[in-house]
Amino acid sequence: MADIFYKTALFLVFVSTAGFIIYIIVQQKRFFRWAYISLLVGFIFHTLFLAHQYYALGTAPVIDLKSSLSFFSWCIIGVYLIFQLRFGLMVLGSFVAPLAALLMITSVAIPAGELTVQEPMLKSVWLTIHVGTIFIGDGVFAITFMAAIMYLIQERGIKKKTRGAFYSRLPSLETLDAINHYSLICGFPFLTIGIITGAIYAQYVLGSYWRWDPKEVWSLITWLSYAVLLHERLAVGWRGRRAALMSIFCFCILLFTFIGGSLWLSDYHSFENLGGWIG
Amino acid sequence: MTFKIVNMGMNHESAPVELRERMASDRESTALALSYMRESEWIREGLFLFTCNRVEAVYTTDNPSQAKDSMLSILSRIGNIPEEDFISNIYIYEDAQAVKHIFKVAASIDSMVVGEPQILGQIKDAYYNAAVNEKTSGVILNRLMHRAFHVAKRVKTETGISESAVSISSTAVELAKKIFYGLEGRKVLLIGAGDMAELAARHLMGNGVKTLIVANRSFEKAVQVADMFKGKAVFFEEIGSYLLEVDIVITSTASMDFVVTRELVGNCLRKRRNRPLFFIDIAVPRDVEPSVNDLENIYVYDIDDLKEIVKENTEQRKEEALKAERIVQEEVIRFEKWLKSLDVVPTIVSLKNKIESLRKAEMKKSISSLGDLTPSQIKGIEALTISLSDKIINDLIRVLKSKADRSSKDVYLDTTRELFNLDPDNNEGK
Repeated sequence: MADIFYKTALFLVFVSTAGFIIYIIVQQKRFFRWAYISLLVGFIFHTLFLAHQYYALGTAPVIDLKSSLSFFSWCIIGVYLIFQLRFGLMVLGSFVAPLAALLMITSVAIPAGELTVQEPMLKSVWLTIHVGTIFIGDGVFAITFMAAIMYLIQERGIKKKTRGAFYSRLPSLETLDAINHYSLICGFPFLTIGIITGAIYAQYVLGSYWRWDPKEVWSLITWLSYAVLLHERLAVGWRGRRAALMSIFCFCILLFTFIGGSLWLSDYHSFENLGGWIG
Repeated sequence: MTFKIVNMGMNHESAPVELRERMASDRESTALALSYMRESEWIREGLFLFTCNRVEAVYTTDNPSQAKDSMLSILSRIGNIPEEDFISNIYIYEDAQAVKHIFKVAASIDSMVVGEPQILGQIKDAYYNAAVNEKTSGVILNRLMHRAFHVAKRVKTETGISESAVSISSTAVELAKKIFYGLEGRKVLLIGAGDMAELAARHLMGNGVKTLIVANRSFEKAVQVADMFKGKAVFFEEIGSYLLEVDIVITSTASMDFVVTRELVGNCLRKRRNRPLFFIDIAVPRDVEPSVNDLENIYVYDIDDLKEIVKENTEQRKEEALKAERIVQEEVIRFEKWLKSLDVVPTIVSLKNKIESLRKAEMKKSISSLGDLTPSQIKGIEALTISLSDKIINDLIRVLKSKADRSSKDVYLDTTRELFNLDPDNNEGK
């Protein structure tokens, strides 16, 4: 049953990605509409899938790479759907949907292991809050990242006076910079709360707030990078290209923390130790 | 088809501007032309379009040669020009050609500046005059014009014909819109004066720019230009401090040196909190030091850059016009199909009438002979007869409609009329 939900979601996200790509090429609104609707319906199926997994596992389905990737793409799509309502920037989907589709198909490609949660400490509501907020933050930062890439493409075209195929398809520099700025401000509190709840959770089950686990250290580095960017934007007045480059850099650190921290480096944050099968 | 759709007119290619001006000298010309057209006994439906670039008359007629003469005399009266003075500048299209021409005009493919958007509005006005004010258009022209609007819309959404700017000032506006989030409430600094700079300023203000600040070496000239735009005149030496608050700068001084240097702009970056600043340098030699473009969030376009874009866009429009041409061709074919289907309509109508009258007569006869019936029984019989007669003629109508654009159409129409005895008078004559 759950498998059908996920496959339907995956199928719809791919349909949506195709629609968004056609949309950015031919620029006809009907393609956007189809793409958006299939993304929305796919998101609903994905939500059903996650709900089922949560029920089956008794905790948030994030304890192996396969399910984490699926959850990450769910967050990205959710954040995109909200941003679309807020900004109505249709072309954003053409950048976000392929990313979400890529994460989802990667998740499928990883062979499924036997998922069982032995440790009772993982069946805690704190885990759900800790991981949930962090992933929502990551999803928002994925939008920041995409807006930064769009900004750099558009800026280059205007600065070098070459313009190119994206010139007419992308919105104005100020719009892209505003999305970058706004999503940074939205994502930062989620990341902060995620780290704080993680610390509380650690105190609660392990007896100390901070254990210098590699993933904790890298999370702190990620948080500090975003804090620097936020500070430069708000206090110093950074904007445009420099802010875009910095937010791409921050997102790369974030991805390293997510993947590296879970697979190679980490101690008790690693999927292996969480009981998941790393494939 | 027994009638013809004719389009007679002149445009920027066929006629010199003096002639077009004389034709369209008077705002009342349209109404006058339409009333003449209504008076003519050869013209069934008529529509008249005047713009600064063209005069177009569209009409339907049963007698093309008579109608042509009376249309020429109408044009002659309107423009107060003897016929022989403009006859060589006139083009006349009939049927498919006429439909195609009208579609092309509406879609702005036939315009002097291909893709310019005004023509559609002008055509809509012309149609409104004909359909509502003077009531000179009928079934055919109404349909024709509605299809023309549809073609225009398709061309606009499916091709890039009116997408890109093809003048220096509209290119500048387009670029500004790609840098800023809308132009409403932006501030523009105009350094120096000149026709092209003023045109660019006017274009920007037309797109929502509210404040214009004018700086000129001659303060008197600055005041003069500022008054024209309800702007503010400032001293030339104040440029540096105004760079802090404006968003767009247009320069066009006759200065031999750079008026805006890298140092001047570099100093204000931080105070502007890195807000983007867009320089449009129309002057030759240039007023803005080229390396200003290397500064972060500062964009400089000089006249050569703008001209280059205009050139590219003009090329692109030509390519898109080809796509538009295909859409027009498609729609002409569809319109012709509709025209042909008109021929089968009278036969279908009389067929339906005949069957319906037969049904009613038989109903009346039967009801009175059946004696006492409840209302629901009567209803039942009624429904039965209706569905029976519908079923009998449905296939027939379908066949007739499908033959509407075939050459065998007349055979089918004649046969139907004869089989169902739709023309009783004729048959008696035979």
